[in-house]
Amino acid sequence: MTVAEHDAVTRSEPPAFAAALRDAFVAALIALGLAAPMMGLMATPGPEGLKLEPHWQRVAIAVAVVFVGRLILNLTIWRPGVRKPKTANSPRTDAMLARIAKLLAPAAIVIAVALPFLPGVERYTVDLGILVLTYVMLGWGLNIVVGLAGLLDLGYVAFYAVGAYSYALLAQHFGLGFWICLPLAGILAAFWGVILGFPVLRLRGDYLAIVTLAFGEIIRIVLLNWYWFTGGPNGIGQIPRPSFFGLEFKPGPDGFAATFGLQFSGLHRIIFLYYLILALALITNFVTIRLRRLPIGRAWEALREDEIACRSLGINTVTTKLTAFALGAMFAGFAGSFFATRQGFISPESFVFMESALILAIVVLGGMGSQFGVAIAALVMIGGFELFREFKDYRMIVFGAVMVLIMVWRPRGLVSSRTPSVFLKEKKTIAGALVQEGHG
Amino acid sequence: MTGPLLAIRGVTAYYGAIAALKGVDVDVASGEIVTLIGANGAGKSTLMMTIFGSPPARDGSIVFDGQDITRTPTHEIARLKIAQSPEGRRIFGRMTVTENLQMGAAVTKFAHYDEDLRRVFDIFPRLKERAGQRGGTLSGGEQQMLAIGRALMSRPRLLMLDEPSLGLAPLIAKQIFGVVDELNRTEGLTVFLVEQNAYHALKLAHRGYVMVNGRITMSGAGRELLERPEVRAAYLEGGR
Repeated sequence: MTVAEHDAVTRSEPPAFAAALRDAFVAALIALGLAAPMMGLMATPGPEGLKLEPHWQRVAIAVAVVFVGRLILNLTIWRPGVRKPKTANSPRTDAMLARIAKLLAPAAIVIAVALPFLPGVERYTVDLGILVLTYVMLGWGLNIVVGLAGLLDLGYVAFYAVGAYSYALLAQHFGLGFWICLPLAGILAAFWGVILGFPVLRLRGDYLAIVTLAFGEIIRIVLLNWYWFTGGPNGIGQIPRPSFFGLEFKPGPDGFAATFGLQFSGLHRIIFLYYLILALALITNFVTIRLRRLPIGRAWEALREDEIACRSLGINTVTTKLTAFALGAMFAGFAGSFFATRQGFISPESFVFMESALILAIVVLGGMGSQFGVAIAALVMIGGFELFREFKDYRMIVFGAVMVLIMVWRPRGLVSSRTPSVFLKEKKTIAGALVQEGHG
Repeated sequence: MTGPLLAIRGVTAYYGAIAALKGVDVDVASGEIVTLIGANGAGKSTLMMTIFGSPPARDGSIVFDGQDITRTPTHEIARLKIAQSPEGRRIFGRMTVTENLQMGAAVTKFAHYDEDLRRVFDIFPRLKERAGQRGGTLSGGEQQMLAIGRALMSRPRLLMLDEPSLGLAPLIAKQIFGVVDELNRTEGLTVFLVEQNAYHALKLAHRGYVMVNGRITMSGAGRELLERPEVRAAYLEGGR
């Protein structure tokens, strides 16, 4: 470092520190203004009505925390030049992540297949695996609607509910088994997908989001109030468990364990459920990947980009949208009937808006359109949710913080295989300039 | 003798209560280049969109090759092999150049996709260089080439271009007009061109129309219109 450079650095230091100090001071003042009435004064009932009780100590602590915290942040993270505004993922990290995803995907499948038999894996882990995979499947299903076709669906959980109740009711009233109900639940959910699809055909963006949100709530409220049919808030219990191609998981001579000469264990059914949801999820993934390469998949993507252009290229946007809704709903229906058979009991409580938001968060955080990203996001969100169980009520804060951090650092999601599109905004040249050019 | 390929008769179109087209008559014969010029807001792009059924014509009729398409939905009109490079190009920004071109071939059910792709790449070698790039990252001129290339992928019987020179460097605009001219001469492609760049567009065209406030006020051979003092005053020397 030359002397001149060194001088420049040292000379630039004091003003930066002063600015940081000033900023921290201003923040502390604001904190004082806010904290003084809200924390400093407390109304307590006394003998002559309400009495104001001062708590200046608290205010002092709050102001000090703001001042010191702000100062530290100013001097470390927020230093000019250290923080640069980030609007999109850099292409290089994107390319790298896409490559890692390509390599990691088969490895992830191998691990997923081997998981129940890995040493040290207990029932709890397998149970958690089932939960994560359910959300992976839901994420992949919603990805068709949101990621590929670009239709913001906030009521996705409705189709999950339709799938779950389809199985529960069919099993209860007609004694049908899981394997017959699974496709039926998918078909019914797809049917409801089309029912939702029709009225929202002409809506886009915010308006579509509102209607789908309402649809999700309508389904839940109907389930809650249609007492004689759905059992209302009591839900439906004693939903039959799935059988291993006719062999039930029960002790006794004709059970699964006895047939295969194994010691009976409750774990068998858990492991079977695990493989069942793994297979369902992989089918969802496989179908999505295949469809993407077919004209219908391309049409979905084109629809997301520009609906008018789509129509003028001869694409029937009505059927394109409806197939996206129907297919996304179908996979939710499969997942729903799996959920019902796994839980053995369902009630409208399981299908609240929070679930829709969670699934949507998985899709968005994973990188819309990226299959691997969605799987990772599901693992992080659901797995993380379980890990932070210790934090009790605070885990929602952790959850929110993680989401904010991901959106700050990777605004297009964890794996965004699409490079950020730098739009070269067309310049609207004024007519005069063009005409003059015509002369020359 | 058969009628024109595209016959527009007394067409009106509205945006809400506002009349954008107030009774338009335009003919495009097979093998012709027909240009429609007019100022901003004259209704040129509306006419193009109305041919495609959105907004639909309220009165009048639009007949393509003997078939009335006035009330036909947009995507079915496209299936009659009318292709357009719309206003603002409307390419698919996050899809690659090749994927964009693939979308153009949707109406042909990909029957001669490879052949057509090669042909478009021959016409616009720049697109071939950019084949794997996202549409949104192309320059304005390249995007216009892509929009035209995408329209050509359907082997159109009528190609409609909405302001292909808008916002382009003069040299690129000239190149694009050159391509249109050549396609018309060698393959007999019928072209309906909407332009503000009146000089180039009329020079290129067999026939031209001038639109003012939703009405056709003048028509005639392209070069003849260029000579008319009113046209020169309004569209060629207006900036002076």
